[in-house]
Amino acid sequence: MSTSALLLSRFQFAWVIGWHILLPAFTVGMASFIAFVEIRWLATRRQAYRNISEFWIKIFAVAFGMGVVTGIVMPFQFGTNWSRYADATSNVLAPLFAYEGLMAFFLEAAFLGVLLFGRRLVPAWAYTLSAIMVAVGTLFSSFWILAANSWMQTPRGYKLIDGRFFPTNWLEIIFNPSFPYRLAHTVVAFYVTTGFVVLGVGAYHLRRRTAGEEGRVMFSMALALLTVLVPLQVLLGDQQGLNTLKYQPTKLAAIEAHWDRESRAPLTLFAIPDARTESNRFAIEIPELGSLILTHDPRGVVPGLKDVPPEDRPPVAVPFFAFRLMVGIGLSMLAIIAAGWWLRARGVLYGCGWFLRTCEIASVFGFLAVIAGWTTTEVGRQPWTVYGLLRTADSVSPSLTGGDVGLSLLGYAAVYLIVYTIGFRHLLRLVRRGPGAATAASPGPSGRQGATIELLSRSTALDRATEG
Amino acid sequence: MYPTIPDLAPLWALILAFGILLYVLLDGFDLGVGLLFGFAPDSAARRLIINSISPVWDGNETWLVLGATGLLAAFPLVFAILIPALYFPILLMLFGLVFRGVAFEFRQRDGENKRFWDRAFFAGSALATFSQGVVIGAFIQGFQVNGRQFSGGSFDCFTLFTVMTGAALLFGYGLLGAGWLILKTQGELQQWSRRQARTCLLGVLAAFILVSVWTPLMNADVARRWFSWPNMLYLSPVPACTVLLALAELRAIRDASSQAAGFLAAIGLFIIAYAGVAVSLWPMVIPHRYTLWQAAAAPSTQVFLLVGLAFLLPIILMYSAWSYWVFRGKVRADIGY
Repeated sequence: MSTSALLLSRFQFAWVIGWHILLPAFTVGMASFIAFVEIRWLATRRQAYRNISEFWIKIFAVAFGMGVVTGIVMPFQFGTNWSRYADATSNVLAPLFAYEGLMAFFLEAAFLGVLLFGRRLVPAWAYTLSAIMVAVGTLFSSFWILAANSWMQTPRGYKLIDGRFFPTNWLEIIFNPSFPYRLAHTVVAFYVTTGFVVLGVGAYHLRRRTAGEEGRVMFSMALALLTVLVPLQVLLGDQQGLNTLKYQPTKLAAIEAHWDRESRAPLTLFAIPDARTESNRFAIEIPELGSLILTHDPRGVVPGLKDVPPEDRPPVAVPFFAFRLMVGIGLSMLAIIAAGWWLRARGVLYGCGWFLRTCEIASVFGFLAVIAGWTTTEVGRQPWTVYGLLRTADSVSPSLTGGDVGLSLLGYAAVYLIVYTIGFRHLLRLVRRGPGAATAASPGPSGRQGATIELLSRSTALDRATEG
Repeated sequence: MYPTIPDLAPLWALILAFGILLYVLLDGFDLGVGLLFGFAPDSAARRLIINSISPVWDGNETWLVLGATGLLAAFPLVFAILIPALYFPILLMLFGLVFRGVAFEFRQRDGENKRFWDRAFFAGSALATFSQGVVIGAFIQGFQVNGRQFSGGSFDCFTLFTVMTGAALLFGYGLLGAGWLILKTQGELQQWSRRQARTCLLGVLAAFILVSVWTPLMNADVARRWFSWPNMLYLSPVPACTVLLALAELRAIRDASSQAAGFLAAIGLFIIAYAGVAVSLWPMVIPHRYTLWQAAAAPSTQVFLLVGLAFLLPIILMYSAWSYWVFRGKVRADIGY
């Protein structure tokens, strides 16, 4: 094993998971949103709901397809680049990954086919049920993958024999101390991300007057949802902070750039952490607020990075700044929602230009917050893959050379840039087209074999036109 | 803690073998369809060809994830040695699957670059198939192992033999794909599919002969397994079935009224080839090095996953079958959303 293979393998993992997580961050919430709108459509038969659902299903299909193919890459990373991690942890973690496949991926895949292609082939209730099943699948997936991730953060229910983990209690493994908090915080983050996308897209069409009723329904639904979820997310984030303080004190110290263990700790708003001198430069601090926020007591003791030797500390600056970015975005989200209610109370919500514009920009906020939060928790876990027990340096595949990983990383860089650039362009194009437009052009006749010929010739002409 | 757990390693080997076989058959036919797509006569044919698999490919590919995570769960040592040893074939397979997966969506949404995505769909399918063939070849060939880790180089897996198995799988998946298209299409496109099936069948038979000669020459254990008495007698049904299935395939291709038989015979040929490899290597899971008992996970791990699997697998097979049933019959040009 060479140090360059280790470093490049870490870059590669960060690269493939960073791009991948953007898609579940959107599709987990979107699957539930589509299921909800489909239920409303089934119950009310109001055309706007159907238009909204069909509009988002198209967007969902692109994002989900990209999520599937970039997701398949993930389990192979454990083997190709992290084979010693795989050998050490598989007895504990592999069943959790396998359960994700068994409970989630098959469910999503089978019912997604019906959701995308089967509206005219199955009864309405079966179609709605398929939408619900896809949503349930995405939640199962979140459950298992976050159980596995949380175990790496706060391992329980194992015994360690010759450097390999063996299970002793499966309930303790799955429901390890950080899991409930991480699951709640992450799933709500995904819902919030979707909420801001729907809000932003609704705002775009309201501002351009390209979707009347659908735009208002989407915008108003998203605002109502976010009004509940964003404050909830602040509470859940606080709870996860308390959990990190208890079980991963060094990570928490890194997040706060806090070097010395002390009570009445200040809150550092900004600083340049310097690992060499073990101190902060240019620090802007508020006295006692750190202890108050982190321990809910102004005299509470906050752990310091110097509690552990330097080789056991994460790189401080990355979680420190990533965390501040996440919190900053969260606060702007609260401000946007408050402004929305103020405008609603004055009866000008749907026509206020600057606010709609702000909502459009805010449609990327959820993604930024998810990436920032993920960076905080994963870089904060370093230098361990299994916290306190298995070092990242001892996890990498021994057979790899720096050249091998450099080559594969270049490949992943090129492939993901191509796929994401084009995927993003498609998504934008679908978004611009807006709800309602598609229904007018969608083929009418139903039945298994009916009207195939006529539609065949029509679609062929279309094909020729685009190929011409 | 679990004092009376029976030996689950053989059962897990069977389950995994079943899962991987299902993957090979299911994604095999839709990768094969992707290969034939590259040779389709016109855009109307291309549209029908792609529609024949668009509702099901995602589910088919899911068996790959189950195969990988199931292997990690039941035989972690195999995973930890095999996957790094196959670093580049797996990388290329993943790139192939990524391009091909997004091409389903992008080719219909990206009018000006439709040609590019059509080619990406074909090239991605071909790259993924070839890489999987290299993986199979490398597995038969064996790996350099030190303790619990692979100790060879990342390019060891590319040899003349593995390049040959890679090429062979192109014909194999092509045959499955052609069988599927015969089943799902009609008229001229079906005729075209029959011609593709015939070409692929020739390639498959040539590959069978090459592998059957090459493998025992390369490896003394394999030669002993097949060509010692009385093994030769016990194993004689394998070549006999191969010949019968090849004849059945040929008949199905020629008989214009036959719809499903070509696909079924192709599946049969895959199962027999799969059984042939299993016979050659059993009970080694890292060929020539570790048996499945040595590579097995902790008993508690195997039990924990088995309980869920016993409950979930039938349900998965049921609703997957239902989603195939929804899209039964000849393929239509107008499915979409």
